[in-house]
Amino acid sequence: MRFKTFPGGVHPHDHKHFSASAPVEEFPLPKRVVISMSQHIGAPSQPLVKVGDEVKTGQKIADAGGFVSIPQHASISGKVTKIDMFPHPAGASAMAIEITTDGEDKWVDLVDDENFLQLSPQEMKKRIGEAGICGMGGAGFPTFVKLSPPEDKPIDTVILNGVECEPYLTSDHQLMLEKGPEIVSGLKILMKTLSAKRGMIGIEANKPDAIALMKKLLASEKDLSVVPLKLRYPQGAEKQLIYAATRRKVPAGGLPMAVGVVVQNVGTAYAIYEAVRFKKPLVDRVIAVTGSIVANPKNLRARIGTPFADLVEHCGGTNAPIGKAISGGPMMGFALPSLEAPVGKGSSGLVLMSQKEAGSIEERNCLRCARCVDVCPMNLMPSMMVQAVKADDLTLALRCGLEDCIKCGSCAYVCPAHIRLVQWIDRGKIRHAAAQRGQK
Amino acid sequence: MTEKYKVSPAPHLHDRTSIPSVMWNVVIALIPALVFAVYYFGLRSLWLTLLGVVSAVATEALIQWFRKVPITVTDGSAVLTGMLLSYNISAGSPWWLPVVGSVFAIAIGKQVFGGLGNNPVNPALLGRAFLLASWPSLMTGSCWVKTSKSAVMSGINLDAIASNLQTVAPKVHNLVTGATPLKVAQLIRDPNIYPEFSQKIFNGLIDLGTLKNLFWGNVGGCIGEISVFALLLGAVYLLWRKIIEWRIPFFYLLTVFVLTFFFGGIKGSGYSLTLPFFHLFAGGLMLGAFFMATDYTTTPMTKPGRIIYAVGCGVLTVIIRLVGGYPEGVSYSILFMNVMTPLIDMLTMPKAFGKVKK
Ligand code: SF4
Ligand code: SF4
Repeated sequence: MRFKTFPGGVHPHDHKHFSASAPVEEFPLPKRVVISMSQHIGAPSQPLVKVGDEVKTGQKIADAGGFVSIPQHASISGKVTKIDMFPHPAGASAMAIEITTDGEDKWVDLVDDENFLQLSPQEMKKRIGEAGICGMGGAGFPTFVKLSPPEDKPIDTVILNGVECEPYLTSDHQLMLEKGPEIVSGLKILMKTLSAKRGMIGIEANKPDAIALMKKLLASEKDLSVVPLKLRYPQGAEKQLIYAATRRKVPAGGLPMAVGVVVQNVGTAYAIYEAVRFKKPLVDRVIAVTGSIVANPKNLRARIGTPFADLVEHCGGTNAPIGKAISGGPMMGFALPSLEAPVGKGSSGLVLMSQKEAGSIEERNCLRCARCVDVCPMNLMPSMMVQAVKADDLTLALRCGLEDCIKCGSCAYVCPAHIRLVQWIDRGKIRHAAAQRGQK
Repeated sequence: MTEKYKVSPAPHLHDRTSIPSVMWNVVIALIPALVFAVYYFGLRSLWLTLLGVVSAVATEALIQWFRKVPITVTDGSAVLTGMLLSYNISAGSPWWLPVVGSVFAIAIGKQVFGGLGNNPVNPALLGRAFLLASWPSLMTGSCWVKTSKSAVMSGINLDAIASNLQTVAPKVHNLVTGATPLKVAQLIRDPNIYPEFSQKIFNGLIDLGTLKNLFWGNVGGCIGEISVFALLLGAVYLLWRKIIEWRIPFFYLLTVFVLTFFFGGIKGSGYSLTLPFFHLFAGGLMLGAFFMATDYTTTPMTKPGRIIYAVGCGVLTVIIRLVGGYPEGVSYSILFMNVMTPLIDMLTMPKAFGKVKK
């Protein structure tokens, strides 16, 4: 088999064995859920309910807050008990709606369109928009926005991202093994809405079973193919994936549509299938709860809004005190101060590290060793960029590629001086954004 | 909000490299060269090296203690500087030479600029340049010692010149038994010095037997530079552990190879494929190309920059060797290219992935 890849990148130990072969398990109905209004990139959703309202599972409880935004739905049935600031899966806190269960899980009415692939693209897009779907690999970009490219940017290729290059995470892998045909249907829906001719599923070499299964499913489809990819981080980053699969380079500062490509995560494709066929809103997702200290690491299908603490308890708790709790993967995820935050639509994993694993080493002077330069998948100069940010020289930072950095963390991963490069780059990005606002 | 767990920015994983792991690995890679030095020059080379290392470490610790900054001598970088400095002096040096050199290298070459990562040029090479300027007689010409395995300093296979050399040409005999190979190469550049013998000596330099001596290290020279074999062992280790990257040594050596092939001959000698190997093996090139030109802090970070830097080192080395006033040019070439490094970096800034060339 030929494996494709991109230039640069690193090879972190994948740590996937904890939960790699755990079949997806249904997480029992949570007692309460916290539905954040900011689970996506764009304007926060606007609550439609008030405290005391009774809601059904799947009922819309918040509207999209703008064009680049999504509606939110109740993920359990019960009563709205609070609308307030709650801890957020990305660290800080955000406005959210708390629902307390009635113990019954009463659903809104769903449909079952067996001929869902015959629906018109407009109807498909409408259902996807109404289901409140955003990118489930972590970025959280509203999906239907990606499906509405401008007229002058025709899309010819849809790539499903089943790479899951972040260490530890296994949820997409399991989903592909268990819901292969559904994911393929999701891909076909995406292709139809975009009138794209070609569909691809990118999967990293460490998931040979998923590659084999998808190949079998796509054997008779001439426009659909599996793209086996080399094991290398960040293989699943959008621009790197597109390059590996199609050899097209997304222009710096541009979006994938500029080269006629749309990328969606395989989990998103599954949600799209459910939304279009059943009109089922996005109220649950698969999340890997894993790490060396988790008693029984699992892949759980959990309702959106389930507190992380409940998931950990369901996995038998931990064998040792938690040093770090990471929402998402360890390369790009967020370290949480506590387990109060809930599962969001982009929560691909919850990784718990022991105190020893969470230990960090003092930052030292940059050695100018250029390791960061060698691994940067965007071909930037991370070290010089950070020196520039430290010296408040934004012009030089921009020349070193401040705007092009995808914050993949490869540079900080290899830095022998243990410089928190991504943190500094982030600071530079924030300063640059502020400076630009000031100019306008 | 209560912070029960550690909150720190991503990434939350790190490969296991650290400054100490890098530095100690280079130290390990330099050990074969020391073993060969002890074998050929005797234990004195070991003591001199240790003196250099201890002085470097002590100087670094003392200065850091004075500056009230964390004392970081366990990271191996001062050990490495002391080691490289000592590798660049003769095994016959007085005991204080590596001490003075190391103190200078650490104090003026490194700590004055704020320590590791801030030095503009390689501290060990600066220390060596200082010694050369202050005690030229201890750093050139007569200071070199023969190896205990050979009566010929230059490593030249005498039979390749004439089997009864001592009687037919005592002057030539004295030369090859008393000078380093590069010195011999320098002297025969002038056809008037050894009129009838230039060509013969030249043939001796590029004789396979000579190359064999140079390869194993049975030749006069600095402590750490003599054995090409030992240095290559260390180099392979560093490349394998990904401590150094291939570009700089490869292009440095390639440049020297190509230039000496075309321009290294003497009048009427024609082209020879063994000549470039003589230039690769002789003097401090192997030590320089793998262990000093690859010093992180003082070399360009961009990939094209590394190639420019390495080619620059190679061109300068060859110019000094073939037309300059010194027999050897590795140290000065590297020092000069160290100084050019910031400029090279700025001129070769990479274009971001997907950025259209303007
Ligand atoms: S500079 Fe940005 S894109 Fe490059 S390795 Fe670092 S985080 Fe990744
Ligand atoms: S990896 Fe770290 S020490 Fe090396 S050049 Fe980059 S920032 Fe500097």
